[in-house]
Amino acid sequence: MTGWIDHLIIAPILVPMLAGVAMVLVGDRSRASVVTLGLVSTVGLIVLSVVLLGLAQDPLVRIYRLGDWPVAFGIVLVLDRLSALMLALTSVLGFAAFIFSVGRWYRAGTHFQPLLQFQLMGLNGAFLTGDLFNLFVFFEVMLAASYGMALHGSGVARVRAGLHYIVINLVASLLFLIGASVVYGIAGTLNLADLAVRMRGIAVEDRGLLETGLAILGIAFLTKAAMWPLGFWLPPTYAAAATPAAAILSILSKVGIYAVLRVWLLLFGDEAGASAGFAGSWLLFGGLLTIAFGSIAVLATQNLPRLAGASVMVSSGTLLAAIGAGQVAVTAGALFYAASSVLAIGAFFLLIELVERGREVGADVLAVTREAFGTGEDDEEPLEQEAVGVAIPGTVAILGISFMACALLLAGLPPLSGFLAKFAILAPLLGQGDGPVPATTWALMAALILSGLASLVAMLRVGIDVFWTSPAPRIPRIAVLEIAPILLLLTLCAALTAAAGPAMDYMEAAARALHAPTGYLHGVNPPVPAATYGSGG
Amino acid sequence: MELVLSLGIGVLAGSGVWLLLRPRTFQVIIGLCLLSYAVNLFIFSTGGLRSGAAAILAPGETGTLAQYADPLPQALVLTAIVIGFATTALLLVVLLAARGLTGTDHVDGRERER
Repeated sequence: MTGWIDHLIIAPILVPMLAGVAMVLVGDRSRASVVTLGLVSTVGLIVLSVVLLGLAQDPLVRIYRLGDWPVAFGIVLVLDRLSALMLALTSVLGFAAFIFSVGRWYRAGTHFQPLLQFQLMGLNGAFLTGDLFNLFVFFEVMLAASYGMALHGSGVARVRAGLHYIVINLVASLLFLIGASVVYGIAGTLNLADLAVRMRGIAVEDRGLLETGLAILGIAFLTKAAMWPLGFWLPPTYAAAATPAAAILSILSKVGIYAVLRVWLLLFGDEAGASAGFAGSWLLFGGLLTIAFGSIAVLATQNLPRLAGASVMVSSGTLLAAIGAGQVAVTAGALFYAASSVLAIGAFFLLIELVERGREVGADVLAVTREAFGTGEDDEEPLEQEAVGVAIPGTVAILGISFMACALLLAGLPPLSGFLAKFAILAPLLGQGDGPVPATTWALMAALILSGLASLVAMLRVGIDVFWTSPAPRIPRIAVLEIAPILLLLTLCAALTAAAGPAMDYMEAAARALHAPTGYLHGVNPPVPAATYGSGG
Repeated sequence: MELVLSLGIGVLAGSGVWLLLRPRTFQVIIGLCLLSYAVNLFIFSTGGLRSGAAAILAPGETGTLAQYADPLPQALVLTAIVIGFATTALLLVVLLAARGLTGTDHVDGRERER
């Protein structure tokens, strides 16, 4: 513990926690002070995450020992490039959701703002912690807040989807506990870095049980990440959630991905000895199936929120498959993809509500039916009155351009960062030197490209319906506060495109550190002779 | 003692899973409760089953796990109980809301058509 700068590591957890508590105390008496508190907290988080991104550039991993207990006994927070990146994404998305909610959404129910703060606290904690059980605690903080967020505004659809969401996550939490306790029972530690060191010395007869425990943990993580057979809860829940809540929920599935990336590469990376590469093909094939399921869902869906939910699944599948490929360069591309897709999907969820505002209820279904059966409405329509020179209102133009940007980002077309991200995953897959390209690589490439095509087709269809052919367009009334966060997120995607070089350098450094975690292990574990770690438990 | 405990965990977990797969929300929540009891006992048992062993060292003593009970699973199980209790209470509220809004206690919010 030297100097105040080390204490910055815990600040991303403390700031939203204190802000949330203060908001609960203020209550609904003064909306202005609640909004001020939220603004201070979310802007503070952005500043903090930028500072931490700078700190994480150091070659040494920074740790923060809670209560100054020695690492073997206490809980540590660990800051490396990956956690700093996820913190930055969370804070940006949190800020966007907060600004959007100030418009009108937080009045749809009570305590939206405190829940948002606790959600951010749980997310930041999950990204920072270096301890398995502490990860569970922050998962629960995050989930408890997300239950409230998913149900915000109430209503039959939300409660129905929320009930499933809560039950599934409670079961996943129980699996998490079983996994964590098996790991503790065998290895005698819950500290991830310590565990990674002890993994090498586990006796052969115990190894099977330990791997089983970690596989159960993996199921809990993959349920959050919505891998194919575990992810059916996602589209209805996200589609039913209130708009700003859905935007922040969209990063929740990335927490599952983060946990897989962190734990799997740390424990089963190339340096893990006998267990190296355990279950890698499960990740790869699970990811591929998730992409397939997500793409079909994208094509089949008839309304916009479900389309966004299906896009979340496609993005999860892409990330899992890319991680499962197990190459440094591919992981770097996957991290870039994660950054790009978090921002794009966040913007898309926010945009949907604004687009839908100008439409009639059930317009989606009508549009599809009209397409398929030709309900005869076309015949009744009068001849084009103003074939030339129809003025496009400014609001619709901004919405249309934002929608187009989202479509490009989600489908992975140039010139925006979605294309660069997919390219960064695909290029190293093909260019891995001599020998024939394995069949799984071809499958991954095909899945990535076809899922992009599916997204493109679906987005085009919806875009044409919404902006060109929808009957009797009313111009939606939209506040600046509501369009600004969308533009902010899309601008960040554009910035990610423009500064792709430095960003990719950062991702590559992060991926290298993940695949060769010596720096992480030395940074967290106290410098004791390796012999001490020989026998587990 | 091991046999009794493992049988207990097994019966609790089995009944919990069965109830969890039932269509009524009340059955689901009871199933979750039973499952969480099973999981809590399981966590507790990972520290090894001992009777009459303290978890806290006397002053000035260097203990080993041969003399003392492992305190960490006890701390973990305490945390897990608290969190499980809170989330189950939250689920109960949502369950009541679902009953009120949909008018049925089916988990899908509507009865199956026969």
